[in-house]
Amino acid sequence: MPQNEVIQGLDLDDYKFGFVTDSEPVFRTRPGLDSDIVRQISARKDEPEWMLKRRLKALDIYESKPMPDWGGDLSELEDTLSETYFYVKPQEKMERSWDDVPENIKQTFERLGIPEAERKILAGVGAQYDSEMVYHSLKEEWESKGVIFDSIEDGLKNHPELFRKHFGTVIPAADNKFAALNSAVWSGGSFVYIPPGVHLETPLQAYFRVNQERLGQFERTLIIAGEGSRAHYIEGCTAPVYSSDSFHSGVIEIVVGRDAFFRYTTIQNWSTNMYNLVTQRALVQQGGHMEWLDGNLGSKLTMKYPSCYLMGEGAHGEILSIAYAGDGQHQDTGGKVIHVAPNTSSSIVSKSISKGTGRASYRGLCKVYDGASNAKSNVECDALLINETSRTDTFPYIEIDERSASVGHEATVSKVGDEQLFYLMSRGMDEAEAMALIVRGFIEPIAKELPLEYAVELNRLIELEMEGSVG
Amino acid sequence: MNQPEGQMDDSPILSISGLTARVAGEPIDILKGVDLAVRPGETHAIMGPNGSGKSTLAKVLAGHPGYEVTGGSVAFRGQDLLEMEPDERAQTGVFMAFQYPVEIPGVSIANFLRTALQARLADGEELDLFDFQELLVERMELLDMDPAFAERHVNEGFSGGEKKRNEILQMAVLKPTLAVMDETDSGLDIDALKIVAHGVNTLKKEMPGMSVLLITHYQRILDHIAPDAVHVMVGGAIVQSGGPEVALELEAQGYEEYRAVTAG
Repeated sequence: MPQNEVIQGLDLDDYKFGFVTDSEPVFRTRPGLDSDIVRQISARKDEPEWMLKRRLKALDIYESKPMPDWGGDLSELEDTLSETYFYVKPQEKMERSWDDVPENIKQTFERLGIPEAERKILAGVGAQYDSEMVYHSLKEEWESKGVIFDSIEDGLKNHPELFRKHFGTVIPAADNKFAALNSAVWSGGSFVYIPPGVHLETPLQAYFRVNQERLGQFERTLIIAGEGSRAHYIEGCTAPVYSSDSFHSGVIEIVVGRDAFFRYTTIQNWSTNMYNLVTQRALVQQGGHMEWLDGNLGSKLTMKYPSCYLMGEGAHGEILSIAYAGDGQHQDTGGKVIHVAPNTSSSIVSKSISKGTGRASYRGLCKVYDGASNAKSNVECDALLINETSRTDTFPYIEIDERSASVGHEATVSKVGDEQLFYLMSRGMDEAEAMALIVRGFIEPIAKELPLEYAVELNRLIELEMEGSVG
Repeated sequence: MNQPEGQMDDSPILSISGLTARVAGEPIDILKGVDLAVRPGETHAIMGPNGSGKSTLAKVLAGHPGYEVTGGSVAFRGQDLLEMEPDERAQTGVFMAFQYPVEIPGVSIANFLRTALQARLADGEELDLFDFQELLVERMELLDMDPAFAERHVNEGFSGGEKKRNEILQMAVLKPTLAVMDETDSGLDIDALKIVAHGVNTLKKEMPGMSVLLITHYQRILDHIAPDAVHVMVGGAIVQSGGPEVALELEAQGYEEYRAVTAG
């Protein structure tokens, strides 16, 4: 209810995250990618030999795999990548105290609305600037209960066994071309461990900022949720507007233990010069519950299909996906649910809005393996088109090898109707207000699941985007 | 006749003169010269058979983009109504209760009304949420409505009666100067009709200056909402005007007589 109130007070400038911070990196690799660059990254991180070997092997896999010929237009990506900086180190070391973060970087995050007040309501906060986490903190209360919330690099350093046991097991380098790329040049991201039985009452949040022009950001996150634990992790992403394209390719691996509950929320609001190709996957053990809440608002092209592998009996996976494609944007998003064990259940709800020449595609997979008896899955995707030039597509893949499975799929496409607009305008709203209200109603089932500040941000963005969208 | 008392200002709030209009892009006018004057606090019924243009008149007054005005004028509170966008008309005090209210999925009635009230405020001014909540509760009590109704999504899965009650609630919250009720009685059973009529009467009593244009096919709603004047519309023009007795004659004779007149 109070969302509208907050929106009224917000400044409705254009993409408000498009500013550039004047900061000198302490180190960066030359543009482009080869094994020497991979060695430099590994050396800078002072990594064990096994990790370097893994990186180099992943580089081979990356180079051997062809560019995907499905999804979005990747024809110019090769050229973009040859000009890309694969590693830009913003400061000497990661800080645990906000005061120690360099002034200009600190100001950047303050401008992005991650002020002290907001940090207070979170269990922990991480902030990544270009290639590395510049700040990570976890409340004492949770640290004392054995929760680990660290940069991925410190995870490898300080918890080598736990790290090695899980790293790359959920998403191996060979999974896809961009997972291979990330496995070769990963830098930054979080390492999270929730001990068995621990319930985190407030979310952990990581914020990703790209500042360097022509940067490739390759964060890697590994999350292990112990038996019976509960936690919520939120990531947000923004970047300046540059004339050249940037690249973001993250890999998020999550292990959801027996009877654990984990929710991962993303609000991606990259500038529209960003390629965003991300692999996110969770392995869900017996009785575990995984939820992906995936909001894709920015970027030039996003290809992202969060997935749940339901490995243990009774595991549950849920994907709530919301995509907004404005002029020139393509959101190729959706989700994958893989039923491996009996009595597993899943649901995918996808809502997309296309405006102007924007294109939103739903791409999803529901697979039920033989033996996953009584598996249940339901997929619902709804698309809303704002203009005649807007486009939406649906690519639902369903593979069922189990007789007792029950799988439902429903898809709708609607257009904002003239009668709807007239109805709202006849109550005193102007066109933009009417349009924004219709869109807000359309995404309401997902927006109500978001933490308040993100719901506000989402609504603000929609309000802004609907200005001048009609007529 | 139900003459409102204490109405010193006798100049019309709404003056329609020689109004002609058609469906946008079509060659022929549906409204063929409508003249009508409504004074503050008056309730006028416009009756007519299907296709007479009475609903077109309602939509033209509200500014529906599907209709094109080809001639004549409409003055509302001294302003040229036809020059205004639908939202400006609403903000000046015109309210149309829809014959077929539209679904707005995912938007609660409360949210909808809050946005509509917020839209009436100047830039930078903010609707106080507590004041709004208080107003909404008070308006719903006035209309004997269950507060839970405001949490339902606008017209989504509503019965015919619920849709019309929602229109009345909006009217109660937005407090118009002129309420145009476009066949509000169509498709309602007698109980629903009584509830809606009770709502309109309650609001009329509370806001004696509010004028009502009641557009209807049937006489029966006039048993529950007493009009000051009744106009018969046939073939895109008003062919007879008078007091409530006109409606009773219509009830007895039907529209046949008028059809013969206009055909000849």
